[in-house]
Amino acid sequence: MFGWEFPPHISGGLGTACYGLTKALLRQGIEVIFVVPKAFGDEDNEIRIVNASDFEINLEDQSTLELWKRLKYIQVASKIIPYISPEYYTKEYEKLINEEITKNEFFKQKYQFSGKYGPNLMYEVSRYALIASALAATNDFDVIHAHDWLTYPAGIAAKNTSGKPLVVHVHATEFDRSGENINQDVYNIEREGMMQADKVITVSNYTRNIVINRYGINPDKVFTIYNGADAFKFNTRPKVQKPYKEKVVTYIGRITFQKGPEYFVETARKLLQYDDNVRFVMAGSGDMFPRIVRLAARYRIGHKIHFTGFLKGPEVEEVLSYSDVYVMPSVSEPFGISPLEALMSNIPIVISKQSGVAEVLKHAIKVDFWDIDAMANAIYGILHYPGINKMFQKYSKDEVDQLKWDNSAYEVKQLYETLLQEYLILK
Amino acid sequence: MRYICFYFQVHQPMRLRTYRFFDIGLNHHYYDDYQNQYILRRVADKCYLPMNQLLYELIQTFGQRFRVAFSISGVALEQFEKYAPEVIESFKLLANTGAVEFLAETYSHSLASVISKDEFYSQINLQQEKLQSLLGVKHSTAFRNTELIYSDQIGEYVADLGYKVMLAEGAKHILGWKSPHFLYYNVRKPELKLLLKDYQLSDDIAFRFSNRDWNQWPLTADKYVDWLNNIDKNHEVINLFMDYETFGEHQWKETGIFDFMRALPSRVFSHSDYEFANPTELTEILQPVAPLHVPYPTSWADEERDLTAWLGNDLQEDAFNTLYSLRDKVLQTNNPDIFKDWLYLQTSDHFYYMCTKWFSDGDVHKYFNPYGSPYDAYINYMNILSDFITRIDNILSQQADAEQNVNKKQKDVNINKTKTKNLKTTNAKETVKKNNKKDDIKLTKKQLEIIIKKFTLKELALLSKQLPENIFNKIKEQLDDKQKDRLEKEKEKIIRPRKDSIEKVMAKFKEIVK
Repeated sequence: MFGWEFPPHISGGLGTACYGLTKALLRQGIEVIFVVPKAFGDEDNEIRIVNASDFEINLEDQSTLELWKRLKYIQVASKIIPYISPEYYTKEYEKLINEEITKNEFFKQKYQFSGKYGPNLMYEVSRYALIASALAATNDFDVIHAHDWLTYPAGIAAKNTSGKPLVVHVHATEFDRSGENINQDVYNIEREGMMQADKVITVSNYTRNIVINRYGINPDKVFTIYNGADAFKFNTRPKVQKPYKEKVVTYIGRITFQKGPEYFVETARKLLQYDDNVRFVMAGSGDMFPRIVRLAARYRIGHKIHFTGFLKGPEVEEVLSYSDVYVMPSVSEPFGISPLEALMSNIPIVISKQSGVAEVLKHAIKVDFWDIDAMANAIYGILHYPGINKMFQKYSKDEVDQLKWDNSAYEVKQLYETLLQEYLILK
Repeated sequence: MRYICFYFQVHQPMRLRTYRFFDIGLNHHYYDDYQNQYILRRVADKCYLPMNQLLYELIQTFGQRFRVAFSISGVALEQFEKYAPEVIESFKLLANTGAVEFLAETYSHSLASVISKDEFYSQINLQQEKLQSLLGVKHSTAFRNTELIYSDQIGEYVADLGYKVMLAEGAKHILGWKSPHFLYYNVRKPELKLLLKDYQLSDDIAFRFSNRDWNQWPLTADKYVDWLNNIDKNHEVINLFMDYETFGEHQWKETGIFDFMRALPSRVFSHSDYEFANPTELTEILQPVAPLHVPYPTSWADEERDLTAWLGNDLQEDAFNTLYSLRDKVLQTNNPDIFKDWLYLQTSDHFYYMCTKWFSDGDVHKYFNPYGSPYDAYINYMNILSDFITRIDNILSQQADAEQNVNKKQKDVNINKTKTKNLKTTNAKETVKKNNKKDDIKLTKKQLEIIIKKFTLKELALLSKQLPENIFNKIKEQLDDKQKDRLEKEKEKIIRPRKDSIEKVMAKFKEIVK
């Protein structure tokens, strides 16, 4: 299994999902070798982690050099850094100019991966693929499983070396991250991965449709397997004293295009015109942050919207503990795990229909992300009519409980089995 | 001789429009006129008109031997008037044959029977008046409640109005070993006879007719009459109760449902010993065999045959209780627009849309539901209810203002007459009145102790809903923490307190406070 990140060193939902799935696969009796670019040594020791940074490359080997040449396609000089704000990007870019990786660096036998989404990302992606190819030649395994585009080249390389079937797991696509202004290089890598894969797993039907329609992948090999949510513990923290007397509506997530923060502000504006007894909290940071603050100021509702910046686990729980509504107005959300955290705190949730999690949750109010009126109306309903709160007190725990990684792992196992059978027949 | 009793339910709700919170207080029109008109026209053309015609022709052919009964909600009648008056005409034709009985029901196809006897009665009267004025039929002696909802208590209400017979569900887990093929009577009021639906044979037509996975498909009149003949000869009546929309709307014309009904009577007459009869006639022909015990309300809906499709979750309970808590105020307004909305908002369909049971099963629910989710239905309904409440409050406060003005004028006149001397005394009197009011609220320690001793927690819970919060809090302070917890639990249990038990508790309270 190839994954770019693994808990506890994660930047988002991807690492958490990899961890949940791997653990559950072990329980299903499936042995997993998990290859990360950089291991820190404090990962869960039940899982067999292979650290790519430890790996030496045999420079004498002619085939390695050839593969490296082929991998050049990844190294188009675009200095992309996903998941990073523009301010940060400019800063990093200067460093990048100075520290451009020389060709010679490749010929080091060992390379310390940063494992981050840094300026050398594309180099790291291809280097990682190279190691994958070598690993594939020496290890015994049945299926290759690659999580998200950063590891697709590794997956393809391992498949070519070993002749074993490849599964790529789509947790997000470039369209989710960037809307219509996609990075063509990333798109190409994603598409290549999906094309080369024997099976494609998507985390929702929403994502499955994108894979089929935007990447032109044959629907017959694309399967939806929902994420689990075992990692969440029921929030038993005592309620923190609410800092305001008003009701609190909360947004937790990166302030980026994908998460639809401006729709949250528009909704706040609409609600505040009719109901003064409410405040809004936006927890998170991201490249749209300045724009969103300006928007709130322009609407003269700055005194009612509070920006907390990025919050860590316990702080998130604290904010949730005095929230009355949780809103996820995402423009495009392959799955969306954070509403489940809100559910575990028994908070009614309003989520966009353009999210994978909307497919599996019953007790949630679902609206189109662009439908400000419907979103404001849903929030108003939750704040004013007691029936909804009572329902969430009763059912939200069940909702999260039914999302088990064991179920997901079982489906993944089934997929492996059919895949292996198909391979046997071919041979 | 054995009998077949056909009864068809005709109902269309006034569907609500998308009503946002920013409409509250500004827009008082609640209905989706376009949808209502569209659906009513469609069903009229596909079902009501062709099926009425077919029944009319059958009655022409067989005379009074072929008989059917209808129950039409007042809300449906109103929409016929508005959108498809020819449907009224065709029902009139049927009424004039003398072979068709029109049953009594609630005007808005409501759930009033489970919460308010007065409202229940007033809606039955309204429906009967409407039916009489539109179709010219006499007051009925047969009653059917919304969705066949029945309990001993509801039966008693109906009997007290003078009805001779009522229709109810005959599912196995309600009847036990009893067969629905006989006439029964209400356990408290033996004069009210009961006809019970044969759910198997009814659903064969209403639900399974077009189902190709059903091993009996296709269903023909010949086969159906064979089944009827196979029933034990001693059994007396087969009650086939179903939605009228079965014919042409739920089962499309292409399934052959009309041909089936066209062929059925002649096959019954030529190949069986069955005759057709209507509910009221059956009470004269048949002898009741036993009383029926139904302590809790039952209905014809879903596997459970209970009320959970309408009153099974917090969304429904909250909407329902909020609505019915308004009744006294609604009557006080004496305003025809308020009365109208009051009726439309009571229609059971609105609560059905908030049902969460269909998460697990029930394609039937989805078929009838215009909302994406029960939460959407609830929020929309509550927005409308919020507007409705503000309208009522406005009217009542206007009335109060007007009254005060009248009083003031009278006072002014008095003051002019008696001049300043008396003015002081009136002021004094007023302060005395105010003080009295305060005394009403104050409870002595002794009184508090007596209350704690004499009241059970259940009664206290009831009391809490009747008294102002500050007073009840004083009583609550006398309890220890455990008791407080239990009190909260008791409070949650109370969803629809009965009027008589509230009165009892309040009487007890007043006695102590005296």
